[in-house]
Amino acid sequence: MAAAFKQPGWLRGALGMVLAGAFGFGLVVALRAISGLPVFQTEQTGYPHIVVPLITAPLGFLAGFGCFDYWLRWAVGAPTVPEDHSQHGAKSWKDYFRFNTDHKVIGIQYIVTTFFFFFVGGLMAMLIRAELAQPGTQIVDASTYNSLFSTHAVLMIFVFVIPVFAGIANYVLPLMIGAPDMAFPRLNALSFWMLPIAGILFVGSFLAPGGAFDAGWTGYAPLSTGAPLGQSFFNLGVQFAGASSIATALNFLVTIITMRAPGMNFWRMPLLVWANLSTSLLVVAATPFIAGAQFMVLLDRALGTQFFQFAGGGDVVSYQHIFWFYSHPAVYIMMLPGFGIISEVISTHARKPIFGYRLMALALIGIVVLSYSVWAHHMFVAGMFSWLRVPMMITTLLIAVPTGIKIFSWLGTLYFGKIHTYSTAMLFALAFIVTFTIGGISGVMLGMVPIDIHVSDTYFIVAHIHFVLFGGSVFTIFAGIYHWFPKMTGRMYDEKLGRVHFWGTLLGTWGTFIPMHWVGMDGMPRRVADYAEQFGNWNLLISVFAFMLGAAQLVFLYNMIVSWRYGPRAEGNPWRAKTIEWQVSSPPPVFNFDEIPRVVGGPYEFGVPGARHAIMAGEGAEVPEPKPSVVGST
Amino acid sequence: MIGRLPIAKMLAVTVALTAAISAVMLQIHWDGQQGSTAAPKIDHLLDVMIVLSSFVFALVMVMLFYALWKFKAKPGDESDGEPIHGNTRLEVAWTLIPTIIVLFGAGYSWKVLDDIEEPAANPLKVQVFSQQYAWSFGYPGKGEAWSQGELHVPLNRQVHFKMHAQDVIHSFWVPEWRIKKDNVPGITTTAIVTPDRLGTYQLICTELCGFGHATMRAKVVVEPAPQFREWVAGLRERVPAPLMESVIQDTEVNPIPVGAGGA
Repeated sequence: MAAAFKQPGWLRGALGMVLAGAFGFGLVVALRAISGLPVFQTEQTGYPHIVVPLITAPLGFLAGFGCFDYWLRWAVGAPTVPEDHSQHGAKSWKDYFRFNTDHKVIGIQYIVTTFFFFFVGGLMAMLIRAELAQPGTQIVDASTYNSLFSTHAVLMIFVFVIPVFAGIANYVLPLMIGAPDMAFPRLNALSFWMLPIAGILFVGSFLAPGGAFDAGWTGYAPLSTGAPLGQSFFNLGVQFAGASSIATALNFLVTIITMRAPGMNFWRMPLLVWANLSTSLLVVAATPFIAGAQFMVLLDRALGTQFFQFAGGGDVVSYQHIFWFYSHPAVYIMMLPGFGIISEVISTHARKPIFGYRLMALALIGIVVLSYSVWAHHMFVAGMFSWLRVPMMITTLLIAVPTGIKIFSWLGTLYFGKIHTYSTAMLFALAFIVTFTIGGISGVMLGMVPIDIHVSDTYFIVAHIHFVLFGGSVFTIFAGIYHWFPKMTGRMYDEKLGRVHFWGTLLGTWGTFIPMHWVGMDGMPRRVADYAEQFGNWNLLISVFAFMLGAAQLVFLYNMIVSWRYGPRAEGNPWRAKTIEWQVSSPPPVFNFDEIPRVVGGPYEFGVPGARHAIMAGEGAEVPEPKPSVVGST
Repeated sequence: MIGRLPIAKMLAVTVALTAAISAVMLQIHWDGQQGSTAAPKIDHLLDVMIVLSSFVFALVMVMLFYALWKFKAKPGDESDGEPIHGNTRLEVAWTLIPTIIVLFGAGYSWKVLDDIEEPAANPLKVQVFSQQYAWSFGYPGKGEAWSQGELHVPLNRQVHFKMHAQDVIHSFWVPEWRIKKDNVPGITTTAIVTPDRLGTYQLICTELCGFGHATMRAKVVVEPAPQFREWVAGLRERVPAPLMESVIQDTEVNPIPVGAGGA
C-alpha cells in the first residue's frame, strides 16, 4: 500500500492534493491568527481559507501525479531516472488516465476531455434556451440564469474550443512535420493535466456559497470584484487554462521551428502547421494579459487592492482594455487552427492543390498582426477615449481582407477539382464556408461604430459570436475530428450517422442563431433572463432549433463511441491525402516513424505528375532526388 | 483557366441574387421604429451594408454552388483535379477589391459617426444616474430637479446625457434612438441625442449588472417643449446629495469632441 503512494499516479496525486490543500488552509489560518485578524473571513469576496487552497491543492495534485518528477530530480540534485519510455504510448485504455508523454495519447486525452466539457456546456445552453423559450422566469431564477450563461461561455471558450484545437494539433502536427514527438513531451503532459483542473474549478464554482460566477465570461469589473466567491473560482480556473495554453503554444513553436523533417522548408509546411504557428504566436503574447487581468481582479477581491475601484484611485475601464487585449486575439486563437483544418480537408477531398498557398499562409500572419490592433472595437460604447474608435474601426474592417482571401482561396481550390462529398468532414468544411461568411459579414457590420452603438450588447452580438464560434470554430472542429478519426482510432466512423449529425447541426445552427440577429436589432438586450412579450414567438422558435441542435450532438457522441469500439478497420490513408501523417499506419506506431521521412515537395501536389510530398523510410532508393518544388502562385 | 469558366453568366447570377436578397432585406425595418435624428443615418448605413453584404454573400454562394455542380467527382472517379496552384491576378483582385469595399465602409461610418455626434447650440443637459437596478434623472433648474424611473425630454432639441454609475457599469440604451453609452463608476460619459418623434419608449440597461439586470428599465417620454417644461416644473424632489457628489467628482472623458481639436 505504501509503495502505491510512492509511485506517481492517482493515489499520490490525491495525497499531494490533500497535503497541499491543508498546507494552504493552514497557512491562511495561521497567518491571520498571528496578525490578530479573525481566522475565517467570509465576506462574499473574501474566503482566503478557500481561495489559497484552491491554488495549492491543484499544484499538489500535479506534483503528486508525477508532472514534476523528472524536473524536480534535476532541481534538487537527486539521481535522475534514465528515460525508459515507460510513460510513452498507450497499451490499454488505462494508459489514457496516466501521466503520459506521447503526443498521440495527449492529443486523445485533450480531445476527450474537451468534448466532455463541450457536453456539460451544451447542457447549460439547453437550460438557458429552456428558460428563454417564454418571457418571464420559469425554470431558473435570475441569479442562476446569470451563472448558467457565464459558465456556459467559459467552459466552451477556455476548456473546449481553445484546447480542443491544441488536442487535434497535438495528435496531428508532429506526424505532419515528420517529427517523432513534440519538442517537450513532459511539458506537453503537464499542459494537458492543467486543463481538467480549470474545468473542474469552473464547474465546481456552482458549489461555492453564493453560486457560480455570474458576471459573464467577460467578468467586467467592478461587477466581478464585488461578486460572490464563485468569481474567484473563475479567476483561478483561467490561470490554469491559460498556463496550459501558453505552455502548449511554446511547445508548438519550438516543435514547428526546430523539428520539421529534412526538406520541409516553411513553404512546404501544410497549412495546418502554418495555422498553429500563427495561433501559437498569438497565445504566447496575448494570454498573459488575461492571466494578469484575472489576477488583478482576484487581488481586488481577496487582498483589497484597488486596481479597478475608482474610489481607491483605480480605473474601471482599464480592466476592459487589458481583458480585450487578450480576448480579441483569442477569437483568432479560436479560429486560425480551424482555418488550417479546413485547408487540409478541402484540398484532400477536392483532389486539388490549395489555391494560392503562399497568400493563404501570409493571410494567417496578416491576421496575427492585425488582431493585436483591434481590441477596442469591443469598447465603442464603453466610455473609453473616443479618438480610439475610428482607428480601431479601420483595423477591424481591414481584418476582413485576409479572412476574405482565405474564403476565396478555398473556393478557388474547388475549381477544376474532383470534389468528393462522401466524407462528413468535407460536408462540415463546405458548410463552414457559408456559415463563416455570414459570421464575417455581421462582424464587418459590428466593426462600424455607428451600427455597433445600436447593436452592442444585444442579441445581435450573441448571434454573431455563435455564428463565428459555432458555425465557424465548432464546424471546423467537427471537420477535423471526422477527418482524422480514422488516423486517431484506426477505425472508420459511420458516414450515415455523420450525415444525420451534419444536417441536424447545420439546420440547428441556422435556425437558432439567424433569428437572434433580428431580435437583437429590434431591441432585445443580451444576458437577460426575462424579455419583452414582443420577442416571445421568435425566442420559442430559437429554442426549438436549439434543442434540435443539441439532439444532433448526441448522434455525434453515439457515432464516435460506437465507431471507436466497433467501426471497420481504417487503412493508413483512407482519404488518399498527401501529407505525412497519412503515410503511416492508422493509428501510427508509438514513435511515429522508423526513420524520419524526407520532404521533397509541397503538401498538396494533387494531380501533379510524379510529385511527392515526402519519401518515407525504405522507399528512398527508387525515388530520384527531386528538383526544388514550385508552390504558391504561378 | 478563368477563360474556361462562364464568368459573365456567374456574374449575372450573382448580381441577380444580390438584387433579390437586397430587395427582400431592405423591405424590413430591422432596427425598429426611428425616434431620433441619428436613427435614419444609422439605418441608412445599415441598408448600404445590407446591399454590399448581399453581394459578398451572393458571390460566395454562386462560386460555391457552381463548383459543387460542375466539379463534383463522378462515383468511382479516383483521379485528381487539375494541378492549378493559383492565379496571381485573381489573388490580387480578391485582396484589393475587399480592401476598397471595407475602406469605403470605414469612411462612410466615420462620416455618420461625426454627424450623429455633432454638438448643436443650446443643448439640454440631463444628468443620468444608474445604480443596481434603477435609473434616475437630474434636470437643470431649481438646483437639480430629480425624477426617478421616468425620463422626459423635449421634442427636436439636442439632449446631452451626462451619465454617472453609482456601483457597477450599466449601459443606457433607447433602441428607437439607436444610441447607447455605458455608465461607468468614476467617470462621466456623454451621449448626444436629438429625439424627433413624440411618444413613450423604454430605456434599457444593456450592460450585465447583476440579478436585476433584465428588469432595469425606465420609461422615456418625448413631448413638446411646453409640456416638458411643465413636467420639470412639477418635479418636487431634488437630486440627493450622494448623487450630486458623483456629478462633481466624476472625471469627464472627452470633454472636447475630436473634431474640435481635442484628443
